[in-house]
Amino acid sequence: MNVASTPVPLTGNATPVVAGAGFAEKVSIRNLEFFYGDSRALKSITLPLYANKTTAFIGPSGCGKSTLLRVLNRMYGLYPGQRAAGQVLFDGENLLDSSVDINLLRARIGMVFQKPTPFPMSIYENVAFGIRLYEKLPRAEVDARVESALRRAALWDEVKDKLNSSGLGLSGGQQQRLCIARTVAVKPEVILFDEPCSALDPISTAKIEELIDELQEDYTIVIVTHNMQQAARVSDFTAFMYLGDLIEFDVTEKIFTNPGDKRTQAYITGRFG
Amino acid sequence: MADLHNNALYARRRARNTAARGLALAATGFGLGWLVLILGVLIYEGIGGLSLSVFLENTPPPGSAGGLLNAIVGSVMMTVLAIFIGTPIGILAGTYLAEYGRHDKLSSIVRFINDVLLSAPSIVIGLFVYEILVAPMGHFSGYAGAVALAVIVIPVVVRTTEDMLRLVPDTLREAAASIGLPRAHMIVQVAYRAARAGIVTGVLLAIARISGETAPLLFTALNNQFFSANMNAPMPSLPVAIFQFALSPYEEWQKLAWTGALLITVTVLGLSILARSLTARKS
Repeated sequence: MNVASTPVPLTGNATPVVAGAGFAEKVSIRNLEFFYGDSRALKSITLPLYANKTTAFIGPSGCGKSTLLRVLNRMYGLYPGQRAAGQVLFDGENLLDSSVDINLLRARIGMVFQKPTPFPMSIYENVAFGIRLYEKLPRAEVDARVESALRRAALWDEVKDKLNSSGLGLSGGQQQRLCIARTVAVKPEVILFDEPCSALDPISTAKIEELIDELQEDYTIVIVTHNMQQAARVSDFTAFMYLGDLIEFDVTEKIFTNPGDKRTQAYITGRFG
Repeated sequence: MADLHNNALYARRRARNTAARGLALAATGFGLGWLVLILGVLIYEGIGGLSLSVFLENTPPPGSAGGLLNAIVGSVMMTVLAIFIGTPIGILAGTYLAEYGRHDKLSSIVRFINDVLLSAPSIVIGLFVYEILVAPMGHFSGYAGAVALAVIVIPVVVRTTEDMLRLVPDTLREAAASIGLPRAHMIVQVAYRAARAGIVTGVLLAIARISGETAPLLFTALNNQFFSANMNAPMPSLPVAIFQFALSPYEEWQKLAWTGALLITVTVLGLSILARSLTARKS
């Protein structure tokens, strides 16, 4: 991935030169703060997510990377006592605004979870379900969309003869690809991956990583991962977080070869985390 | 070098284990023994009276032969109506507790009251319905009986619905939300589907529970020696017929009481097995 490398001091008072400046920002996180009750989990995060690029969030457990991801589709709204302040501009509109309909937002910013979460229904229905939610289409078109979503998720060949059997009968890796198909079928613009491979075996992991690489042609992708090789393999940009702070954001290659911060270096070389 | 044959500490531990296992087995045997005894006596006493006429003839006057048709029909009608009243209320309340009010103060109060209702003596429920329905209407009725049974159904269904919905992992709710599914749709199309077997089991167990209830019916539906499908009039039922016949001095009635008891037990057993197989299939 050839992205011009620019140094990125995000600390300090000078207006920082952000890595990747010049790319279109699909999502711009500005001074984002997040609270679980009274405890502050994210401290003034400012970060761009570039269109059709893959951005990885890395950092030790509890650093806030999953929290940050769950702000982007306002998943935290399901739980009382969780609150975000600041701005998250999605195509220029602040998605934290109370006037934003969270269901319409989530149809445009999809999410794939750590554990595969197929719905208790057939493979076909798992994918068709989300399509029918916001679009009224004739049966044939739904069929076509289901097929293309399953193809996108590299699952079609394995399930085309058993579309009506339960999604719960698939293997873990297949279930995760079914979830990706389900997400893709809704035609989102951004896809959030929350440690999508941590419950999968290496072969399934490789398939999902390959998929993420292909999906980035059409989607803006954000991935939270504990696996640094994975971050290095799939992402164009990497954000390193620690204790609720964004320590460093840069082109992935730079983060992994010549990080600007001692803590980043310590983390990627396995000295803590 | 470790001794592979003797170790005092280990020997004592083994002795205690054997003793504890023996006690546990004895307790299990004691409990199951009574169950087998009850089933055995019921079958022994009741099977002789089991014939087609039990299902085709009404309860007889003292001293003559007959069946239990009117009591069976009365029981079925009141049970069905009670389930129709109690199930929707129970499922909706259980859904509120598990999905909407999970963190509310109100729901912990509702949950507590529901638990009290769950263990309320059924005779109290009978008296309550007598007071609010039978007394104002001026007569006993099948409706009052069904309402009394519904009051027993509700807490059972509330409890199982809440428990089963809570077993649905939050990750599934988040996954539903992540494709933009509104909460109400999530509950109906995802959570209910995932919890379906458990919720149906709860309803089956509620049916099993009310099909043997006598006390609430004594004060509400009373009894009727004749066939009656009019729910606005006193209505016979199997448990009340058993209660009346078993206490009578007439041999034919006593025999019918045993047969009725066998019928109820077999029904309850059948429902329980069905409920178990539903939950087993899910897991």
